[in-house]
Amino acid sequence: MIRMTLLLLCLALPARAQEVLRAFGPENALTRLVLRTTTDVDILAPTVDEFLAAHPGVAIDYEQWGSNALYQRSAEECATGESGADIVISSAVHQMIKLVNDRCAASWQSSYGIGLPDTLRWRDEIWGVTREPAVMVYNRSLVPPDQVPRTRFDLLDLLRPEDSRYAGRIATYEISQSGLGYLFAYMDSQEATTFGALMEAFARSGAVATCCSAEIIDGVQRGDYLIAYNILGSYAVTEAQRDPNLGIVAPRDYTLVLSRALIFPGSRVRPEAGAFLDFLLSPAGQLSLAANNLAISADNPSISIEADAPDSARRLIPLAPALLVAMDRAKSEQFLSDWRKTFAQ
Amino acid sequence: MTESPRSASTLSLSARLAGGLVVLLVVGGVVLSLATFAYGRAAAREAFDRLLVGAASSIAASVSVIEGAAVVDLPVSAFDLLALAPEDRIAYQVRGVDGAVLTGYADLPQPPPSRLVTSGPVYYDAAFTGEPARFIRLTRRFAERDLSGTIEVIVGQTLRERNALAEDIALNALMGLAIGGAAVVLLAVLVVRSALRPLDELALALAGRDPQDLTAISTAVPREVASLVGAVNGFMARLDRQFDAMRNLISDSAHQLRTPVAALRAQADLATQETDPDRRNRLIGRIHDRSVSLGRLLDQMLSRALVIHRIDSARREAVDLRDIALDIVESGDHQLIAPGAEVRLEIGEAPVIVQGDPLSLGEAAKNLFRNALAHGRAPIVLGADVQGAQARLWVQDAGPGPSAAVRTQFGGRFVRSAAADGRSAGLGLSIADSVARAFGGHLALEDRAEGFRVVIILPRSGER
Repeated sequence: MIRMTLLLLCLALPARAQEVLRAFGPENALTRLVLRTTTDVDILAPTVDEFLAAHPGVAIDYEQWGSNALYQRSAEECATGESGADIVISSAVHQMIKLVNDRCAASWQSSYGIGLPDTLRWRDEIWGVTREPAVMVYNRSLVPPDQVPRTRFDLLDLLRPEDSRYAGRIATYEISQSGLGYLFAYMDSQEATTFGALMEAFARSGAVATCCSAEIIDGVQRGDYLIAYNILGSYAVTEAQRDPNLGIVAPRDYTLVLSRALIFPGSRVRPEAGAFLDFLLSPAGQLSLAANNLAISADNPSISIEADAPDSARRLIPLAPALLVAMDRAKSEQFLSDWRKTFAQ
Repeated sequence: MTESPRSASTLSLSARLAGGLVVLLVVGGVVLSLATFAYGRAAAREAFDRLLVGAASSIAASVSVIEGAAVVDLPVSAFDLLALAPEDRIAYQVRGVDGAVLTGYADLPQPPPSRLVTSGPVYYDAAFTGEPARFIRLTRRFAERDLSGTIEVIVGQTLRERNALAEDIALNALMGLAIGGAAVVLLAVLVVRSALRPLDELALALAGRDPQDLTAISTAVPREVASLVGAVNGFMARLDRQFDAMRNLISDSAHQLRTPVAALRAQADLATQETDPDRRNRLIGRIHDRSVSLGRLLDQMLSRALVIHRIDSARREAVDLRDIALDIVESGDHQLIAPGAEVRLEIGEAPVIVQGDPLSLGEAAKNLFRNALAHGRAPIVLGADVQGAQARLWVQDAGPGPSAAVRTQFGGRFVRSAAADGRSAGLGLSIADSVARAFGGHLALEDRAEGFRVVIILPRSGER
């Protein structure tokens, strides 16, 4: 029942284009940049402030969007040739890849971009600016330490018994509503055969697919869900720093690592927008992102992930044209229909 | 301003060779560069076309028929393959049997109808969202119970990596070409230097020579320069002969003139001291005789100098010896030298042609004729005839001919005995002999029943 309500709630979401709007920088700034992003404003705000401190005369209008809505709007604006944003940063990187492939992004030579690995840069039109693992979160007081799943196999084992107490209390993203959830699920399906078993187990045990990182984490904290699967590490870690009851596990079999993609929509890059990218990729920018849990890596581990995955288990989602497959109409229809079959039971 | 006449000749051999080489390198370089760029483009196109065909085949293979509908399960491998051109955007489209787009971009450029004649893959160039791109169209036929027809797969890719590769190939090849060109230039410089070295050696040898040294150059030279050296040697030999002739002329003249002039002076001295008018008149008469004889000697000497000069320098031409004989008789000189002497011309109908210088031959014949007039006995006969391969020009008188002493010395440059008494029959013979030899013949003295005959025998020439 709750599941249905939440689902309906999520379905209503796309009508609302931007969720949050906040202006950074001086009112009378010479240059106003429009930044559209899926990132929670609170999490990125310190980094934006740091950038603006170094660039007086620049202001940023921060628009927080849902990933699918952001993609829709960007694609529409690309078709009409009028860009309402200077910078777009999205966690649904496959959508950004599609925009680049559709020639909707402008090119910029970033001096720090050269330092990025090839998998986080394409055509000098898209850059991966963050490092955020996809993790499992759990409620420490409700999940005994010996039952905390370290891998997907552990999770499968928890769900195996007919009378498992985890039945119906595992949550994950509703992938038809969340571009990021779709991307994680799609990457899982590419990565390992466990995905099929996991789907089957989710279906059998009545797992919940719902919307939005904050809501899911909130549900875990309240005890509605015991474990949430494939939650973005940055939000989880930020929440765990406030609430010690929230446990985080980076699966040992493999951990997907997302690098949020930045593009400059339109045909031209405003120099100040380019400077923002340069700042994000610079050591100072990366430090700032790391301080806000947006750049969690092996050499910068988060203290809050108690069971971190070894380096060799990290799977960085490459910003490569292969992600176009995730955007393929036939493929996504097929994938979504399989997904619905799982969660409609 | 008139142009310096040197300018045409100052273009050095090195400059000519360098110019030729530069033209060759420039033309060759341009042609090779064009070829290189074409090759680079072709190579890059072939390489990336293979990616396209691989991806398209893989997509086509992923189409399956489920419950009467074609279903595409887009393979990631196809895109990984295309991502081998990392900077390029990818276009793809799959169309069902009814032509409807199953998946992919809805509005991709279709292959030009002219290319659709083949059943295999069709490549074509078109724009993909405003950027030039290369496309491939592939078809796959289905003949299932519930689905029959052709599935069409189009895959395209922008050209960044192709162009980069083509440029890379071309630049690498050009680099090689440039190095090769530099090597050719270097080698050419060395070769030209070594080829021109014999000329330098020749110049050194010539510069180091004694100014009087007119002997042949003996420096060893390559075949190409040998003709030049041969010409120089020939020129120097001619110069040497001319010098010799001049030296001889001067010494002969001095020698031959000294005695008659001394005799003249002695007789003139005698005449001034002689008081007896009779004896004085006799002395004056002798002085006159001596002067006439001296004048004739001078004539002969000048004629000889002329002849010697000409036979080295004048061009050979076809001469009819009958004309020469006729000219001499017709000029009527003999009326002055020996008035009343009988002179006859004996020539036939057939031309008597030789290769020679008419002036030299005329001088030679004239000297023989005057000799006969001065020393021989009338009648004097001048004739020209042909005997086999020989052309003959001859002068004959009715006398016994010169003394045995003169005959033994004949052919020498100078007959002193003849000159000593101012009568220079020997000198005339010597001139005639020189001319005959110069034109490849010789002089012959013949004692005949009708008198003494001097013959200039020359090789006969057929052409006029």
